[in-house]
Amino acid sequence: MPLTDADNSVMDSIINRYPRSRSAIMPLLHFAQSKDGYVTPESIEVIAKKLNLETAEVSAVATFYTQYKRKPVGEYHVGVCTNTLCAVMGGDAIFEALKDHLGIENDEVTADGKVSVEHIECNAACDYAPVVMANWEFYDNQTVQSAKDLVDAMRQGNPPAPTRGPNKLPTWKENSAVLAGLNDGRAHEGVQAGEPTLLGLRIAKDQGAK
Amino acid sequence: MTKLTPVLSASWDQPDSFTIEGYKRNGGYRAVEKALSMAPDEVIQIVKDSGLRGRGGAGFPTGMKWGFIPQGDNKEHYFVVNADESEPGTCKDMPMLMANPHVLVEGIIIGSYAIRANHAFIYIRGEVTHIIRRVQQAIEDAYKAGYLGKNILGKGFDLELVLHVGAGAYICGEETALLDSLEGFRGQPRLRPPFPAIAGLYARPTVVNNVESVASVPSIINNGVEWFGSMGTEKSKGFTLYSLSGHVKNPGQFEAPLGVTLRELIALAGGMRNGNKLKFWTPGGSSTPLFTDAHLDTPLDYEGVAAAGSMLGTKALQIFDETVCVVRAVLRWTEFYKHESCGKCTPCREGTWWLVQILKDLESGKGEAADLDKLLDLCDNIAGRSFCALADGAASPIISSLKYFRQEYLDHLNNGGCPFDPAKSTLFALEESGAR
Repeated sequence: MPLTDADNSVMDSIINRYPRSRSAIMPLLHFAQSKDGYVTPESIEVIAKKLNLETAEVSAVATFYTQYKRKPVGEYHVGVCTNTLCAVMGGDAIFEALKDHLGIENDEVTADGKVSVEHIECNAACDYAPVVMANWEFYDNQTVQSAKDLVDAMRQGNPPAPTRGPNKLPTWKENSAVLAGLNDGRAHEGVQAGEPTLLGLRIAKDQGAK
Repeated sequence: MTKLTPVLSASWDQPDSFTIEGYKRNGGYRAVEKALSMAPDEVIQIVKDSGLRGRGGAGFPTGMKWGFIPQGDNKEHYFVVNADESEPGTCKDMPMLMANPHVLVEGIIIGSYAIRANHAFIYIRGEVTHIIRRVQQAIEDAYKAGYLGKNILGKGFDLELVLHVGAGAYICGEETALLDSLEGFRGQPRLRPPFPAIAGLYARPTVVNNVESVASVPSIINNGVEWFGSMGTEKSKGFTLYSLSGHVKNPGQFEAPLGVTLRELIALAGGMRNGNKLKFWTPGGSSTPLFTDAHLDTPLDYEGVAAAGSMLGTKALQIFDETVCVVRAVLRWTEFYKHESCGKCTPCREGTWWLVQILKDLESGKGEAADLDKLLDLCDNIAGRSFCALADGAASPIISSLKYFRQEYLDHLNNGGCPFDPAKSTLFALEESGAR
């Protein structure tokens, strides 16, 4: 479903958040991905027209940021953290195993269009290493086996819920809309914190009880 | 035993800690009523007097930053929060915003009031969808409750707060790159001066603060400067979040007074996993020079870490035990800096590329001993020669690892490759053997 003039009211509401319209480029690109799954040349033209910019100016932004995709990703886009801490804790092994298991390379999609994989940089969850993200939701403390099980379930259309996230894993397009700042009403779902987040607090409470 | 000081984390064990009801039940939004009853300059003075320093890495005094904003200049002022948390190892702001986004919103209202800004932004990294949901919802609920929008709490102060979601660029954690990104450009750092306090967002006076710094403000307004100063050290006052990750038995977040040591924190984390020996660690993310077991008793405050040759940074304590190859670790970090270099400055763009080539050769045993000096020479030509500190960060793990582990680099050459078994470092290798 390409970005069209029918999406004008949403795009206007995004632009109206900002004192200057150009600031809306990034949320508009996220919004475009919520429609097409990636940033198409057509949506670049729509955004440029909307913001009174040259298409080259919008393209320049779209190509700078790695979350904007220039070709389709899977319905479930899986990111494996292979920055040093996660890599050492097992991220390297998980990433190699997933590529092998799915028969695809980095930044590729399975033939059924269900799953794509990408090695990602530190995702601010190092106390849950090794970390796997799916459509930018957290799957904490993964193993080679749990990651394989996760992508198998995705291909069957029934992935488990994220460790710290909504009750059901949204699709790539659904989550792209959230990144565009459109509230999907699911903020109340899921835990408020995982155990590593609470470790210091629990110890402090034990200290206080003594 | 080390006394922990949960302030920011105090309510995180309550299942609804992230809701406005949960936040208010725990005393939330009282500080904003108090602050909006004071003169803005009075609020700035309290934050100055508290000694609160930036929790995002640089450690610049927060109140002083607020005081730099010119007043009576008839220009719009902007308050921007840096929630782009991406420094490798850093994992404090994201769990805080998942568990309690309202404390940040309250801090933003107070800060914006103090610097006379009527527009504020949270720039959050894009790869954390559920945290983005929570922050978005918190903002909407704060509007509904009258803490944002027009005439807040009937005090005549207006504030619009916008959540701006990034799209996967480490460099946007650098404050001027963040501002360019927020203006709708590629996130590339600006030459300073002028500093953001004079010409920031849309060339207007702008404060850019880290999440944890801003979130610390409501508690200071509520409890006072003396309370805050009763924790920490003389020049590094207050509490902060220390994030332990890697080869400790129980990784996690520990909110403690500034100045605790890694020895104390590792004890709280249940010791090293499997009784292994600590080999190297980062005090504040991968851009801060590595430490070893010789630094277990270094006070983790701004001065203590600097005196020992590194930086407190984000207090991201990544712990690596004796199973880890330091060359592999440093190569991976260097690949990260190469990937994330924005390309604006030649020394960083080209230099990080060459660093990766040399380190790859060294790790696979194909390099030569002279490469070690070549690495240092390259670092010397990269660090301090670009617009921002990304290149300095890239040089840090290389220079510090060569300082402490030069022989391990040479072992790779003598061995014709890496002498370590990566499987021994993994989380699941230990779980499978039942040792964790």
